Amino acid sequence: MDKRKLIDTTVISITGLMALSIIVIILIIMIVIIIGGKNYLTWEFLTSSPQEGMTKGGIFPALYGTVLLVIIMSIAAVPFGTITAIYLSEYANPKSKIAKTIRFAVRTLSGVPAIIFGLFGLGFFIKFIGAGLDNSLYGGELKWGQPNILWASLTMSLLTLPVVIVSVEEAIRTVPIDMREASLALGATKWQTIRKVVIPGSLTGIMTGTILAVSRGAGEIAPILFTGAAYYLAHLPTSLSDQFMNLGYHIYIMSSQSANVDETLPIQFATTLILLVLTFSLNLLAILLRSRIRNKSVK
Amino acid sequence: MEETENQNIKDSANSTDNEYGTHSFKDFQFKNDDEEIDENNKGTTFDLISLKKKFRLSEFLAEKIITSVAFLSIAIIILIFIFVFRETMPIFFNKADKKTNVENVNKPEEIKQERYVLEDTEKSEEVKPERYGEATDNYSFLEKGRETSLKSETAGHEGTISISNLLGMEWQPVSNNPRYGLLPLFLGTLKLTIIAILFAAPIAILAALFTSSFAPNWLREIIKPSIELLAGFPSVVIGFFALMVMASFFQDLFGYSTRLNAFVGGVAMSLAAIPIIYTVTEDALTAVPNTYKEASLALGASRWQTAFFVTLPAATPGVFAAILLGIGRVFGETMIALMATGNAAIVSANPFDSVRALSATIGAEMAEVVFGDTHYSVLFLIGSLLFLFTFFLNIIAEFYVRGKLVKRFQGAES
Amino acid sequence: MKEIKISSESLTLYYGNKLALSNITLNIFKNKVTALIGPSGCGKSTFLRTLNRMNDLIPNVKITGNVFIDGINIYDNQIDVVNLRKKIGMVFQKSNPFAKSIYENVAYGPKINGIRDKKKLDEIVENALKQSAIWDEVKDRLNDSALGLSGGQQQRLCIARALAVNPEIILMDEPASALDPISTAKIEELIFQLKDSYTIVIVTHNMQQAARVSDYTAFFYLGELIEYGKTKKIFTNPDKKQTEDYITGRFG
Repeated sequence: MDKRKLIDTTVISITGLMALSIIVIILIIMIVIIIGGKNYLTWEFLTSSPQEGMTKGGIFPALYGTVLLVIIMSIAAVPFGTITAIYLSEYANPKSKIAKTIRFAVRTLSGVPAIIFGLFGLGFFIKFIGAGLDNSLYGGELKWGQPNILWASLTMSLLTLPVVIVSVEEAIRTVPIDMREASLALGATKWQTIRKVVIPGSLTGIMTGTILAVSRGAGEIAPILFTGAAYYLAHLPTSLSDQFMNLGYHIYIMSSQSANVDETLPIQFATTLILLVLTFSLNLLAILLRSRIRNKSVK
Repeated sequence: MEETENQNIKDSANSTDNEYGTHSFKDFQFKNDDEEIDENNKGTTFDLISLKKKFRLSEFLAEKIITSVAFLSIAIIILIFIFVFRETMPIFFNKADKKTNVENVNKPEEIKQERYVLEDTEKSEEVKPERYGEATDNYSFLEKGRETSLKSETAGHEGTISISNLLGMEWQPVSNNPRYGLLPLFLGTLKLTIIAILFAAPIAILAALFTSSFAPNWLREIIKPSIELLAGFPSVVIGFFALMVMASFFQDLFGYSTRLNAFVGGVAMSLAAIPIIYTVTEDALTAVPNTYKEASLALGASRWQTAFFVTLPAATPGVFAAILLGIGRVFGETMIALMATGNAAIVSANPFDSVRALSATIGAEMAEVVFGDTHYSVLFLIGSLLFLFTFFLNIIAEFYVRGKLVKRFQGAES
Repeated sequence: MKEIKISSESLTLYYGNKLALSNITLNIFKNKVTALIGPSGCGKSTFLRTLNRMNDLIPNVKITGNVFIDGINIYDNQIDVVNLRKKIGMVFQKSNPFAKSIYENVAYGPKINGIRDKKKLDEIVENALKQSAIWDEVKDRLNDSALGLSGGQQQRLCIARALAVNPEIILMDEPASALDPISTAKIEELIFQLKDSYTIVIVTHNMQQAARVSDYTAFFYLGELIEYGKTKKIFTNPDKKQTEDYITGRFG
C-alpha cells in the first residue's frame, strides 16, 4: 500500500513540477528583462527620440508608431468584429450553413500564421489597392502603392479580427434571453432590441475584445515587417501614407541586425521591457474583465 | 342566464348556443349592438389600419448591413488565397525571354554541399554575428541590401523556375546563379518543429494532467491563467530572450560552436507552443465525464493510474488536436526563427547547426526583394505553401478530432 | 354585458414534431380576468404566448387555426407583429427588468413608441408605477438600478413597464410563482384593481390563486382545452370529470 502511494505521489509531483517549471520560465523571462531594462525606464526615455546611432536617447517615435498602429487597427477591427458577432448571435440561424461557414472562416483566420498576413498586406493592400489608387488618382505616381502605416494597420486588423469576434460573442451570450423577450413583448423591433438591450449589455465584452486585439497588435511584428515598419525615420508619421517606427520591430532590428548590438544593449532591454509591460498589463486587464463577464452570467 | 354563459366549446356544435356565435366576430364589429355599453369601454386600438404591416427602413438596412459585414470573414479568407497565390503565378506561367539557365544549376551529385557559403556578392541573409559581442558592421546592410537587389534587377530573373530547382538543396536566391531550393528551408522548419514539440508537448500535457486531475481547485485557478499569460508574450520578446539569454546559456552548457542554432530556436519556439498545447489539452481532459474517473477510482485504481490510463486515453482526440495546433503554431512562427536560429540554410542532422525556417526566409528577404522579381514570387510561393499547410492542419484538427470527440462522449451521455 | 376581446379558433401548434396545442377554441372576455390552469406541460403558457405571437420567436414552430382580437385575425400575413405587441402587455414568470434604472425600465416602451418629451415621459412613468402600486416605494430612487429591487418589487416593476405602453390586454405567465406570499398577495390585489381597465389573461398553476382572482377559468390538459367557464362553476361544479380530478388534486 505504501509503495503504491509513493508511486502516486511521485507521478503527481512530476506533473506538478512540469506545471511549475512553465511558471518558473515565465518568471525568469520577466525578471531577466526587468533587471536588464529597469534602469532605462525613465520618463525621458519614453518621450525622447533616438540619438547617436540609437545608442542614446529614447524610443518615443517607436512608442508613438505602435500606439498609432493599434488605434487605426482598432478603428477597423472593432466595428467589423462586433457587427459580425452580432450577426452570428442575433441574426443567423445557428444551424444554417452560412453561420457555420462564417464560424469556420473565423477559426481559420485565427490559425493563419502572422507572416501570411504580411504577404497579404503586400499583395493586396499595397500592390493591388495601393497601386490601383495610384494609377487612378495620381496618374501612376507612387504614393499609396508602398508600405505605410495605413496598410500595416489594416493588415494587423485582419489578424486581430477573430479575437474581437470571439470576445464580443461571448459577452452577447451572457445577455439573458428573457431580457430580449421582454423588449420584444413591449413592441420593440429586433434592431431596437439589439441597440437598446443587447449592445449595452455586451459593452464589457466589446471592451475585452478591443483590449486583447490591441495587445496582439502591439506585439505581433511579422505582419508589419514589410508593410510599413521602419527602423529609423527622421519624423513622426503625419499622414496615413507615412511609414512608422514600432517597438517590436525596433527590438528585432536592434538586437539582431544593427551595427552596435553591444552599446545598444540596455536600450534593447528597456524597449523589450516596455513592450512586455504593455502587452502583459493589457492581457491581465482583459482576463479580469472576462472573469467579470463570466461571473455575471452565473446568476 | 348563468348556464348559457358557461361555454364549454370543446365541440363546435355548442357554438350556436353561444350568445355571440363563432361567426359574429369575424365581421369587423367593435362591440355587439345588442349589448349595453360597458362604461369602461375605451374603444379599441385593434384595427386594420394600425396593425397593417409596416416596412421599417432602419430595420431592413440594419439587417442587410450586418449580414454583409459578417460575410467579410469569409471574403477575407478567399482574398488571402487569391492574392497570395497571385504573386506566385510568374513562376509557373511567365514565359520571359531572358530566361537564364537556372535549371542546369542543380547538380544532383552535389547534394552533399551543406554549408551555406558567403559569396563575394554580399548577401543580406547571414547578418547575425557568431559570437554575441562582436560588432560587425551590419547596420549598413540596409543600404547594401538595396544595392544588391538593384544588381540582381539588372541581372533580371523573370522566368519560370523548374520544379527541380525548387526541390533543390540550395537556397541562394541572390547571386548570379540563383538557386531556389526550398528543401533546406523546409528541413530547417521541420527540425525546429520537431525540437520544439519534443520539448513542448510532454511538458504541456503533463502540466495539463496536473491541473485537471491532481491539483486542487484553488491551485488550478492560479496555474491555468498564468500559463495563458505566457500566450500573451509577444514572440519578439521570446525571440529577444532566446537571443540574449538562452543562446549564451545553452552554449555554455553544451559547448558547441554555433551560438544560434536549431536547438536554441526550437526550445524558444516550444515556449510559444506550450500555452496552446496546454490549454487545448486541459480543456480536453476536463471534458472527460466524471463518471469515467469515478468508475476507475471505484475499481481501486490510484489517481495517477486513473489519469494516465483512463482520462488521458479518453481525451486522445483533444490531445492530438492540441499537438496539431502546436505544430501549426511553430511552423508559421517568424520572429523567433528570425532572431534565434542563425538563419543559415544548412541541411544537417545536427541540432546544433544553424537553420533557416520557411517563415523566416519570407520575413528576412521580402523587404529587400524587387517587386515582380522571381525571388519575390518564390517568397510568395513559400507563403502559399505555409498557408496551405496550416490551413489543412487546422481542418484536420477540427473535423477529424471534433467528430471523434463527439462520438466518444455521446455514448457516455446516453 | 360581456364582450369578446380575444378568441381563438381551432388553434393548433407544433414544436417541430411535438404537438403542443390541439384545436383550441376559446373566447376571452373584455375587462375580465381569465385564468388558464392545468398541470405542467399542458400548453397553457404556450397558448398564452400565441396571443401576442411570442411563439413566432421559436424556430420550428407551426401554427394552424386563427386568433382574433376585436375581430382582427392577428395571424394574418398583413399584420405587423411589432405593432401588435405594442398593444398587448406581457409579464413573465421570472421578473426580467432591464439592466437599467427603474425609470428607464418603465420609460422603455413609450420611448420606443417615439415619445421623447421628458415631461410626458415622467407623467407616464409615474402613472404606470402608481397603477402597479409600487410608486411610493421607488419614487425617491427612480434612477437606481432596477436589479437592486426585491423579487416582488421587480415583478411589479415589470407590470408597470407593461402598463406604460397603455395596452388593452395584459398577459401574465405565472407572475407570482417565484414570489413569497406577501408579494403574491400584492400582485393579486393589483390584478383586481387593473381588471376594470384591462383584459387580463393569467396562467397559473396555483388553483387557489385562480379561484381568488379570475372571473373565467380554462382548464388545459395535454394540449387540449378540457373545460372553460365561469370560475365559480369550474371550481364548485365542473362539467368534466378530468376537471374535477384536477381541482381536487387527484393529479397534477
